Amino acid sequence: MTYDPVLYSRMLTELTFAFHIIFATVGVGIPIMIAFAEWSGIKRNDPYYLLLARRWARGFVITVAVGVVTGTAIGLQLSLLWPSFMRVAGQAIALPLFMETFAFFFEAIFLGIYLYTWDRFRKPITHFLLSIPVMLGSSASAFFITTVNAFMNTPQGFKLNNGSITDIKPLIAMFNPATPTKVAHVLSSAYMTSAFVLAAIAGAALLKKRDSLYHRKALKLTMIAALIFSITTALIGDLSGKFLAKYQPEKLAAAEWHFETARQVPLVLGGILTEDHQIKYGLKIPFALSILAHDNPNSEVQGLNETPVAERPPLIVHYYFDSMVTIGIFLTVLSMASVWMVYKLKSVQYPSWLLRLIVLSGPLAILGIELGWIYAEVGRQPWILRGYMKTVHGATTSTHVDLMLLLFCILYVAIGLTLVKVLRKMFKNSDVQEELKSRGIEGGPTQ
Amino acid sequence: MEVVGITVLWTFLYGYLIVASIDFGAGFFSYYSYRTRKEHVIQNIIKRYLSPVWEVTNVFLIFFIVGIVGFFPDTAYYYGTALLVPGSVAIILLAIRGSYYAFNTYGIKSREIYAFLYGATGLLIPASLSTVLTISEGGFIEIQNGKILFQYNKLFFSLYSWSVVLLAIVSVLYISAMFLTFYAAKANDLPALEIVRRWALIWSAPTIICSLIVFYSINLHNPEHYQHITELSWMFACSFLFFLAAVYFVWKKKNYGLSFIFVMVQFAFAFYGYGASHLPNLLYPYLSMYEHFTNQSMAVALIIAFLTGLLLLIPSLFLLMKLFLFNIRYVRGQMHPKGE
Repeated sequence: MTYDPVLYSRMLTELTFAFHIIFATVGVGIPIMIAFAEWSGIKRNDPYYLLLARRWARGFVITVAVGVVTGTAIGLQLSLLWPSFMRVAGQAIALPLFMETFAFFFEAIFLGIYLYTWDRFRKPITHFLLSIPVMLGSSASAFFITTVNAFMNTPQGFKLNNGSITDIKPLIAMFNPATPTKVAHVLSSAYMTSAFVLAAIAGAALLKKRDSLYHRKALKLTMIAALIFSITTALIGDLSGKFLAKYQPEKLAAAEWHFETARQVPLVLGGILTEDHQIKYGLKIPFALSILAHDNPNSEVQGLNETPVAERPPLIVHYYFDSMVTIGIFLTVLSMASVWMVYKLKSVQYPSWLLRLIVLSGPLAILGIELGWIYAEVGRQPWILRGYMKTVHGATTSTHVDLMLLLFCILYVAIGLTLVKVLRKMFKNSDVQEELKSRGIEGGPTQ
Repeated sequence: MEVVGITVLWTFLYGYLIVASIDFGAGFFSYYSYRTRKEHVIQNIIKRYLSPVWEVTNVFLIFFIVGIVGFFPDTAYYYGTALLVPGSVAIILLAIRGSYYAFNTYGIKSREIYAFLYGATGLLIPASLSTVLTISEGGFIEIQNGKILFQYNKLFFSLYSWSVVLLAIVSVLYISAMFLTFYAAKANDLPALEIVRRWALIWSAPTIICSLIVFYSINLHNPEHYQHITELSWMFACSFLFFLAAVYFVWKKKNYGLSFIFVMVQFAFAFYGYGASHLPNLLYPYLSMYEHFTNQSMAVALIIAFLTGLLLLIPSLFLLMKLFLFNIRYVRGQMHPKGE
């Protein structure tokens, strides 16, 4: 490959981002789940749930560390790799970036306090209350940083004349049209993914040891949360489709390989696109795209032909979009089935096919997050600021990006592998049953 | 308003200087104690202090970077292009350090390789971050055809850049050892105190010597800046007096708390003195804080956000310190640090 700073900058940003969002997602969602478990434990006076919260927190802090360092990397890389873009962004959207660090600061302080004060207060509820600022902080930082991304999709609140920016309105830039759906979708999918990841752990443990009461409780709690959040995510996903139809029609059209503007448009799943823009082997759902776009089977949906060729997103995003939606639907159905079984099979063992699917659900949910982000980001190509600045004009001109790409690759592989090793060891060495016994829980009060 | 902006940022950088130095130095000392088989003596105080606060340390740095892009967007353009390599190296080191700290502390069994990575990066990070200060003096960036070209060779063979690196490393060890001395005394951990107190005294003299070398090489590299520094020489004199007082107390084995405060004052004078003498240049000679300030409405919004944020942060930080740093039972290890 010949040296092209734009290409390498994109690859390096994608790499860091793909690695970071795994930890960012669980970083936003797991505090909610920990608080949920601790609250259940206090309310029902059930030590199992309290132990659940503790053990989750113990593993969580390790993923937080990786989240912090990769987040730092993103924060710095934005300026290092996209200096021209940050010049504009710094003028127009420094406010949410700045507030994000405040939220992060707030979360960092209270997370430190929360993790080290388990037995320090006379009333257990005091410790639970400390989890509220952690949840607020992590969700608020997701909120602020997502408004920055929303701004890149639907920039507003400034004027750009010959490279100089004027008439800046920070709040208008922050609360742009993409903000509501993006933020809501990011938050609910993060909660959903974390619930499935924790459910997968409980499922794996139940496959090994069928009668563990501790893991049954864990599965019940996580599956209820997963059900609530996956339904929310699906509903918000539908709203996001309507948002795209109105504000970024080329992104939706590229995702659906929809070229001619028309009414009563079907939605196509899978398939292959021929050179003359015909779709082969796809599964067509009649009227679905019209419904997704405007809530009306008869409505008109703008096609990709309305967008100049040089401004069209790559058509491969169709597969990312389809996979994300399929995973979302599958997970919603799975959580419905699981919750139903949890209530039906109160004391009987869960079937192993269900447990296997649940184990699969954690990685699938993360894959869904990755695909969704790739769709959202690649889908706004060739723009870095849609309608204002193309990606090629935002990148650095530095001559060492390829070397940095290589270094970061090695770094993430090393951190990722060690993380898996450490987490596995941590939970292998500290067995649940032994911990239950040493705390005098097993055989104690249960429901 | 520009002055407010730069003062806010400089204060956060100063905060980072202090807390990160404690952290970086602690990492190095922690590894050193492994090698000399004394880890059981001082590991405890290091872990007990670092565990609840390491994440907060990181935020100071991010705050500064986001803040400078917010208040002075053109810095992203110039520094961003110039710093790709040293910046990326710093990120990689920070990433190794942060994650291996967590692996080592919260994972089940400590591994010496993790401790090594954590310790070694503690010295390399200050070195790589300090190149930013070097670059800000000018002379390392050329602009040709509207493209920014960074001169790595010049940076590598500059006396000034190496003297700054040396000063950064030495002062990290000095600040950290002074803090650990105070913390060990508070924990009433006499064997640990004996070790860290010696470290503090060992690293005190080199700090001052390195500072003098930096002054000398600034004069060679950027005489105009050196001129500004001499106009503010009273600040550096104050800094030196506080240094003497701090070392005197540690030498006499008394007032460890006060002596650490003196260390902070010493570095405050030096750091703000250096910062003030640098103004109005942000990057000599391309960026000046008056010509490259952000637009009015964003500046107002940022300052409002900053003040509201402080209302939230100061009580929280206070709570954190009250629960861990100034809680005598926690410091003495009468409370289980891991909450187990």
